[in-house]
Amino acid sequence: MTISETILRAVHINKSFSNPVYVQVLQDINVSVSRGEFVSITGKSGCGKSTLLYILSTLDTDFTGDLFIDCQPMRGLSEKQLAKVRNEKIGFVFQFHYLLNEFSVIENVMLPALKLNIHAEEVIRDHALRKLEILGIKSLADKKASKISGGEKQRVAIARALINNPSIIMCDEPTGNLDKTNSLIVFELFKEITEKEGLTLLVVTHDQEFANRTHRIIEMEDGRILL
Amino acid sequence: MNIRLLVRIAFSLLLARWKQSLVAAIGVTFSITMFIALLAFMTGLNDLLDGLILNRTPHIRLYNEIKPNNLQPIIQDSIFSKKYNFIRSVKAGNSRQEVYNSQIIITTLRQDKRVQGVAPKITTQVFFNEGKVNITGIINGIDVEAESRLFSFTDYVVEGNAIDLKNVNNSIILGKGLAEKLLANIGDVVQVTTANQQQFSLKVIGYFQSGLVDIDKVQSFATLSTTQKIVGKPSHYITDIQVRLYDLNAAPSIAKEYAQLFETEAEDIQTANAQFETGSFVRSLISYAVGITLLIVAGFGIYNILNMMIYEKMDSIAILKATGFSGRDVNRIFMVIALSIGLFGGVVGLGFGFLFSVLIDQIPFNTASLPTITTYPVNYSLAFYLIGAVFSIVTTWLAGWAPAQKASKVDPVVIIRGK
Repeated sequence: MTISETILRAVHINKSFSNPVYVQVLQDINVSVSRGEFVSITGKSGCGKSTLLYILSTLDTDFTGDLFIDCQPMRGLSEKQLAKVRNEKIGFVFQFHYLLNEFSVIENVMLPALKLNIHAEEVIRDHALRKLEILGIKSLADKKASKISGGEKQRVAIARALINNPSIIMCDEPTGNLDKTNSLIVFELFKEITEKEGLTLLVVTHDQEFANRTHRIIEMEDGRILL
Repeated sequence: MNIRLLVRIAFSLLLARWKQSLVAAIGVTFSITMFIALLAFMTGLNDLLDGLILNRTPHIRLYNEIKPNNLQPIIQDSIFSKKYNFIRSVKAGNSRQEVYNSQIIITTLRQDKRVQGVAPKITTQVFFNEGKVNITGIINGIDVEAESRLFSFTDYVVEGNAIDLKNVNNSIILGKGLAEKLLANIGDVVQVTTANQQQFSLKVIGYFQSGLVDIDKVQSFATLSTTQKIVGKPSHYITDIQVRLYDLNAAPSIAKEYAQLFETEAEDIQTANAQFETGSFVRSLISYAVGITLLIVAGFGIYNILNMMIYEKMDSIAILKATGFSGRDVNRIFMVIALSIGLFGGVVGLGFGFLFSVLIDQIPFNTASLPTITTYPVNYSLAFYLIGAVFSIVTTWLAGWAPAQKASKVDPVVIIRGK
């Protein structure tokens, strides 16, 4: 790896609620993630790790401080521009799979790429099939999303996160709903993706075992990062 | 923008809830059907009722009114020009009802490009002698051909042939009510006495039924020349010149122009029959009000289904927004859903509306006062279908607007964190 290239940089991030009482959720958070890193954020429930992830992923814009993705400042971008940034540069994997039940597996994977609208549909279909192949579920491509198992659904969700070759993949408890075997499969997939494809991963988890095997752990407590 | 993708997503959401969507669409279909059928029937009825009077009424009628002259001699004399004068009990000095220079006026009118046709007419009051009793009636001296062409005269001759009026000397067509009073059958001869005590025998060759009983009890028709003979006037004697224009709405202004040009009275159809327009207007208004009410109800149906869909599809909206669809995209998806329901329901509704109109058109409708009508009147104007189509799109757009706004404002963080 050459000089580490910063994909994500957050500077002096603060977030607070004042309703009904004043609560400081995040306090002066400074994070940066380099290309090819597999980073996990851990901490107890309510420490603000998910809140941080949503801020870093531009879904939550109600904060103070600065956020850069691919050196591009996120502050001041419109809702539409942020949507475009997420579409191009961020892949999401949540605890719940959020597949569209009306669509087939492959259509679910293709959806963000169709939205991006750079390649023709046939090309996107090929890409999607390749992603499904990496995740070992190519045979499910034409099944309805509602007809496959929980572990498979989560793998489809990962394929969907990969489809636009994002700069960074953000995961919120990606193994939270899975049993031991499936968790292991997902972890191995993540590891493989970062190492083989050179992708960057930022994972929020309270699964210490999972976190221990990542490149770097960011531990949080009461809205701060513990060093 | 990738509209095709949004439409694809919209349709999959729509089909996932196709039963509810269908019910919402049926609501639109029902209201558009009723709207079309109601308007077609109401307008058909309007046309019929208006036609009862308007088709037989000249757009402009030129005549001479018996009234005192506005220009009394004292006004014309310069000696009194700066004085006030009061004249009481002024009488009409000229009792002639004749339209002066009628032949020239008719020739001039026929050359006017705005005029569809001209029909001269003589009206005179007579007594029909029935034994010892005299029955008052009116004889209209008409040009049968012009009258048939311009005012559908033949439509209202229920027995006998209108053109016989021209072929048979001294013939008359009696109003149905009048004929019943006189016990006159076709082929019989009736006696008439004019205001000048002249007696005439006229042969009955047909009955006339206008649909208005009061008219049928007094009116009768003869040719111009027969009538001229009855009143003892020469062949240029004409009391009315009836004008039919191409554009009915121009009647008032053209009437004014003619009054000046020909120095006669000129009455336009709008002044003569103002109440009919009011009636038509109110009936149309009621039809539109009912149609729009139905559509608004259908609009609430669409509003409901969309709201339900949004609650059900919160997860889908959240992930769409997380993976790069903007609020505007989500808004469009739901607007596409609303509009497709409206469009589908609307188009089917227009079809059913047409079928319904055809059905109404087949229902027998026989009434003694309307001899030419055998089924319920229906108007197939394209305008109703256009209005119906526009209304269905506008209502569904309005019904979809609020839910679509709501969907576009869904915060994915709230949904995803809530899991």
